[in-house]
Amino acid sequence: MKKLLLVALLLSQSVQAVTEVYSFSNPSYELRYQALTEELRCLVCQNQNIADSHAELAQDLRRKVYEMITAGKTDEQIVEYMTDRYGDFVLYRPPLNPKTMILWLAPILTVLSGLVGFGFLLRRRRQVDQQPSDAELQRVRDMLNKSDTK
Amino acid sequence: MRFLIPLGIFIVMVVFLGIGLKLDPREVPSPLIGKPVPTFKLPQLHAPEQTFAPEDMKGKVWLLNVWASWCVSCRAEHAVLNQFAKSGQVEIVGLNYKDEPADAQRWLSQLGNPYKLSVMDVQGMAGLDLGVYGVPETFVIDKKGLVRHKLTGPVDPQNLQAEIIPLLQTLNGEPG
Repeated sequence: MKKLLLVALLLSQSVQAVTEVYSFSNPSYELRYQALTEELRCLVCQNQNIADSHAELAQDLRRKVYEMITAGKTDEQIVEYMTDRYGDFVLYRPPLNPKTMILWLAPILTVLSGLVGFGFLLRRRRQVDQQPSDAELQRVRDMLNKSDTK
Repeated sequence: MRFLIPLGIFIVMVVFLGIGLKLDPREVPSPLIGKPVPTFKLPQLHAPEQTFAPEDMKGKVWLLNVWASWCVSCRAEHAVLNQFAKSGQVEIVGLNYKDEPADAQRWLSQLGNPYKLSVMDVQGMAGLDLGVYGVPETFVIDKKGLVRHKLTGPVDPQNLQAEIIPLLQTLNGEPG
């Protein structure tokens, strides 16, 4: 039974989400259509791109992308059309601008702060590993001698 | 002292997560704010031989309310709009989005009609131009035809009092 379920789960992955089929006069159009619909976010179900979404809005947006591609619009024009209406939010890869600066810099800053922290850790450990200097050894001996005499 | 750094990090995280909880991911800022309302020319619901375009409202402050008979939260909003329309503070134009005209007309005759008129956007292409993604949506448009505010989701007594009415008053005071 468990195996059967597993097989069913594995098979379910291969089901295509998109319902409508568009025919393109030019194979490069189709590639662009796929690339664009995968880059554009569906605003109704926000964690899906419009290629995967069943929402009616996603269908409309797919149709719009199809129409614009066949009308000879460039990718830039199509993306601009979408951002003019829905804002940068519609892009899964938002552009770098003052508003999205944190978004783009955060990963770099996180890695950098991790490296700095790691560096500190290493330095501290190296200090522990270091052999005590002669002066330090002498101090320790003195202390031990003192406590012996007490 | 040792615990101060992790404690500090923890507090910062709690603050950020707390702010995150308060944000509504459905509220996508509209890029249309401050821009002219996208133009369309659509047949009117009750008089399909006549069309309406946003230019027809030039010189007036008005509301464009996107609604549909299939939209559940439009029902709750509708009572609020009916009441608000009666107060006569502003003209409301309905954009009947991706709906069956017969269903839409029945809906209005049953629940009341707060609209000066409604236009039919059966294909949803005007909605696309307006960046509609969650019905109901309401646009506040000023005398020059610029979108000044957009509300995604139903109009309710709270946001009506706090956002829309004060904005309408300011906009009415602006020169046309």
